[in-house]
Amino acid sequence: MRFAMAIDTRKCVGCSDCVVACQTENNVPIGYCRDWIVEINDGTYPQLEMEIRSERCNHCTNSPCVRCCPTGASHYDYGGTVLVTPHKCIGCGACIASCPYDARYTHPKGYVDKCTFCIHRVKDGLPPACVAVCPTKCLYFGDTDDPRSEISQVLKKRKYKRLIPEAGTNPNLYFLI
Amino acid sequence: MREELIISGRMNPMVDPTLNIWHWQIPLYLFLGGVAAGILFFASLYYIMGREKKYPAAIKWAPMITPFLLILGLGALFLDLNHKAFFWQLYLAIRIESPMSWGAWSLLVITPVSVIWSATWLKELLPAWQWKYPFLDELEAFFIKYRLILAWIMLLYAVILGVYTGILLSAFNARPLWNTSILGPLFFASSLSTGAAVIMLMAKSHLERNIFSRIDLMLIGIELFLIVHMFMGFQASTQVQIDAANMFLGGPYTEVFWIFVVFIGLLVPAFLEVLELLGYKIPIVITSTLVLTGGLFLRFIIVYAGQASRYLY
Amino acid sequence: MIISNGWYDKDYVEKYTTGFDKLKEYVQPFTPEWAYGITTINPNLIRDTAKEMANASPAVIIHPGRHVTWYGDDTQRSRAIAILNALLGSWGRRGGFYLPELKEIPEYPHPPFPPVNKSWRDILGDQYPFAELPLANAIVDGSIPGNLKDFQYRGWIVNGSNLNMTMPDTRKTLEAIQQLELLVVIDTMPMEITGWADVILPECTYLERYDVLRNDHNREPVIALRMPAAEPKYDTKPDWWIAKELAGKMGLGKYFDWKTFDEFLDYKLKRMDSSLEEMKKTGVKKYERQSGDLYFSADNPPVFDTPSGKIELYSSQLEQAGFDPMPRYTPHEEPPEGFYRLIYGRTQSHTFSRTSNNPNLAAIMQENKVWVNPKVAANWQLKEGQEVWLKNQDGSTTNFPARVRITERIRWDSVYIVHGFGHTSSQLTRAFGKGVSDSALITKVLLDPVMGGTGMRGNFVTFLTENPDKEVKA
Repeated sequence: MRFAMAIDTRKCVGCSDCVVACQTENNVPIGYCRDWIVEINDGTYPQLEMEIRSERCNHCTNSPCVRCCPTGASHYDYGGTVLVTPHKCIGCGACIASCPYDARYTHPKGYVDKCTFCIHRVKDGLPPACVAVCPTKCLYFGDTDDPRSEISQVLKKRKYKRLIPEAGTNPNLYFLI
Repeated sequence: MREELIISGRMNPMVDPTLNIWHWQIPLYLFLGGVAAGILFFASLYYIMGREKKYPAAIKWAPMITPFLLILGLGALFLDLNHKAFFWQLYLAIRIESPMSWGAWSLLVITPVSVIWSATWLKELLPAWQWKYPFLDELEAFFIKYRLILAWIMLLYAVILGVYTGILLSAFNARPLWNTSILGPLFFASSLSTGAAVIMLMAKSHLERNIFSRIDLMLIGIELFLIVHMFMGFQASTQVQIDAANMFLGGPYTEVFWIFVVFIGLLVPAFLEVLELLGYKIPIVITSTLVLTGGLFLRFIIVYAGQASRYLY
Repeated sequence: MIISNGWYDKDYVEKYTTGFDKLKEYVQPFTPEWAYGITTINPNLIRDTAKEMANASPAVIIHPGRHVTWYGDDTQRSRAIAILNALLGSWGRRGGFYLPELKEIPEYPHPPFPPVNKSWRDILGDQYPFAELPLANAIVDGSIPGNLKDFQYRGWIVNGSNLNMTMPDTRKTLEAIQQLELLVVIDTMPMEITGWADVILPECTYLERYDVLRNDHNREPVIALRMPAAEPKYDTKPDWWIAKELAGKMGLGKYFDWKTFDEFLDYKLKRMDSSLEEMKKTGVKKYERQSGDLYFSADNPPVFDTPSGKIELYSSQLEQAGFDPMPRYTPHEEPPEGFYRLIYGRTQSHTFSRTSNNPNLAAIMQENKVWVNPKVAANWQLKEGQEVWLKNQDGSTTNFPARVRITERIRWDSVYIVHGFGHTSSQLTRAFGKGVSDSALITKVLLDPVMGGTGMRGNFVTFLTENPDKEVKA
């Protein structure tokens, strides 16, 4: 099983509902976030291009954060998700420095925190909070090892890119373009 | 015009707008660890080579301060942790792939070794010194007997520690500036150079001072070579590494790096050391201080600039 | 393009429209090259777009967008869009505009309402003959003594709208509020307007109350129930409770002849093959269409609400009322030297000015920036993130500075700000003083003579790099 997420950059409007849903679902303190929106504009008026991406931890198959963690707090978990065990984390910041996506932050309580793909919900058969609330249904979450899953189907049909694959992380967020 | 902006308000403290997770503690720790590694390297090396009489400062006196340097460094490292109450988790796991884990375990070995090493020479430094408990005398005798083995362990871990201070950073491929294997040798060379500077300061004999001055001169040469090599490597690499190099070649770190590290920390002391070799009288304090300052600046600049260097997004 | 190349839907135009010949003759001078001069859109791009739309017709919709009152000629612009849809045959055709249906919801029995002896229509008189709703602007104007001959509004009941920021020309709104004898504000959260209220009726949020059944125009008639998910917090009440209690106090209780809203809803639902019990489980109920096919067909011939019963490309109604029967291009006033057209709009992450103080949303977007084209920024030597104050053509300035965002997303003759920021109440701790309010800069409103729409894009602003407060006080 390999959990992954596909983000349709052509449908995302950047409303940040995913961000707020994540904050409320996961008790992320205000002023911090596990997911965020990136907007990129290119071109000269009136020939413009825009890309909006809802981003979060890439749950990389080859995670630099897991590699760098001195205590094993950052680890691979259910379905290939990359998770942090707070009581093992010493807050050294190595994983934060190691992440090319800057997806991690130090929780005010001291440990490092990040997107979990809402694994607690996924285990109950629910989609991650961000996926559940997306008003444009631009987020697809699922198992890319299962060829019948919605995400596998979408990735078969659509062109996509991944962010900074050259960092060798083998990321599991797919941005449909 | 290409415009990139994050509109979700991702403003995670210490991550946005640029990474700022490590502050003064880490570079200070890298510097102190480096100096200690340098001193212990020379101490064990020359002990193994049997130069005990010739280089007393390197083998006996300078190592005395390494426990303090290491403990101070560890203190800085501890201050940097955000989840301090859980620091002991470091010693519940051996993570071969994590330089941080390597460092933690190495320090666990080399710190006590440095204490023992220093203790075995304490009576030579202070002839009046008496251990409070008799078993300490026995222990001292035991370690003095096996000093050579101790020296070999110390040599090995001094190298690991010296190289590790660089590898810690170079393991982060997310930060293009750090992600170069030159950083390990460079920091090791710098740690030997700063270690030599301390030994020079403490050396009483002209002979010892002179030999370490020569060693230091050679190390400075190596460092300069490695720095040039590093930038050449960056320039010949991907865009992100070109950008990383450009922070030092016209970017925000240009002045501070070339003036404080290269000029004041390497070129000037090298010049002074050459003058000294030519027979001029140069106060050793100046040379040593400059070398140490350069080493400190190198750690600070690399740690800060590395956090500002990132992948194109 | 579409007419002169014959790309329009000839059958459709023949069958369902009137006035095509007049229109054809009328549009001849309006070529893509002519449009380029005004819009700077490449004529070939216009041609390609027209061709693409024609190829897709009738499965093509030219959508007018939301908030269509811009320059006071908005009826005509909207008509032009509607005419284009008609030429492409998209009204009532598959892929175009379907014929929606609304479920009829039975009334809860009540005695007949007393006759209305005065309404907003009387106040407007002959103006804006095609207005279908009272004009909020006219109410503000009518609350200031001396503006209307025989009338003056003396009290407002404001429900869920922060008028201080939603109405153009903040200063005038405040003047009107001060003249009122009674201002009642019903809202779920405090904001500027609640500070001015004589009476505040705190309403619970939509998660804590029943509301009237949701019923919208849809492919299939659908009703939806909103029901409380939690108990109301603090001393807040649902709006049905507020209405019923007020009616009781005013001796109008007979119009609210039910005890609880459950009873009211259940009565209606029982007469719609459902019940409150069922709706509490399902939330939404679909019904069969009663009005026939979703699209025009032989069995389902269209009836248009016009005198001729057809789509009037040439409008006899407008002609009778003394307006242009066909959309006429009216040039808009251009910004004077050093000024830029003020465009305002909404952001994805906030709801008008109502959420600026919300802790989560304020963290996501706490201020609005003034969007400036790179060319303009270069002229003014503005830097990204620099603070500027804006001043409009009437000398009205923003209370607070806004940060500059240099972006290609705005044209060089305009600036853009998101509506809903620049709150002036210091009690809105997260929103106070963050960003600027467009309302303060919209002192000029271009009213559409046809239906009274309030066009607010006729304001021009310039940049002040120093705090203008000193200037004003001096």
